Amino acid sequence: MPVRARPLSPHLEVYRWQIGNTLSILHRITGVALAFGIVALAYWLVAIAGGEDRYETAHAFFAGPIGLTFLIGWTFSFLFHLLNGIRHLFWDAGYGFERRQRHISGWVAVLGAAVLTACVWAAVWHGAHS
Amino acid sequence: MSLRTPLGRVLGLGSAKDGTGHWWVQRVTAVALIPLTLWLFFSLLLLPDLEFATVKSWLGLPTCSFLALLTVAVAAYHSYLGTTVVVEDYVPSVGMRVFTLLLLRFLYVLFAGAGLFAILRVAFGP
Repeated sequence: MPVRARPLSPHLEVYRWQIGNTLSILHRITGVALAFGIVALAYWLVAIAGGEDRYETAHAFFAGPIGLTFLIGWTFSFLFHLLNGIRHLFWDAGYGFERRQRHISGWVAVLGAAVLTACVWAAVWHGAHS
Repeated sequence: MSLRTPLGRVLGLGSAKDGTGHWWVQRVTAVALIPLTLWLFFSLLLLPDLEFATVKSWLGLPTCSFLALLTVAVAAYHSYLGTTVVVEDYVPSVGMRVFTLLLLRFLYVLFAGAGLFAILRVAFGP
């Protein structure tokens, strides 16, 4: 029998993009992003323990353009992973599988995270300039 | 010595050989992280400023040090479980997969250990 490469599941190349699989992949991407967030959190904590000079260096990094981009990305990743994670926990408990429920909860998770991220950073911006 | 047969020992454990253990701990840590991460998120947002003195005295409060320790430990464990699945899914060759998983494990212990030690330094240090 000839050996040839057979298609492996999941067949991503024939799968139509829709809210379900998009958010599933986004859950993984934000999860990996949050893993880098743990590195940043550890760095920040070590900087606090390291004294005022170390802390000022860390503070300057997080307040700079790269740091702020990272923090805004982290905020969205955290809020989306939290909301979508709660959605997953409801599924694990056996609720929310109907098509309509899946779509509504999915859009609530992704749009909710986007809106809350905007609110949080508007509040931070307002607090820093008042 | 176990009296269970080799077949009896593996039945129900699936190809990962640890049954639903990994899946379940992932959920338990997820539930724990809902209050813990929300606490950290809102604590940082509600601090009057992020100057060194403010942040250090906040982290030095016993309740805050304790909750910060729990947050870092549980978040690192949950993150380790999650990224392990990602590596298992996407790294095709066995050698590379074992190497990446080992490296990942060391890195988590390194960064979580550093974070936890830093919190303890602030809580009990000079």
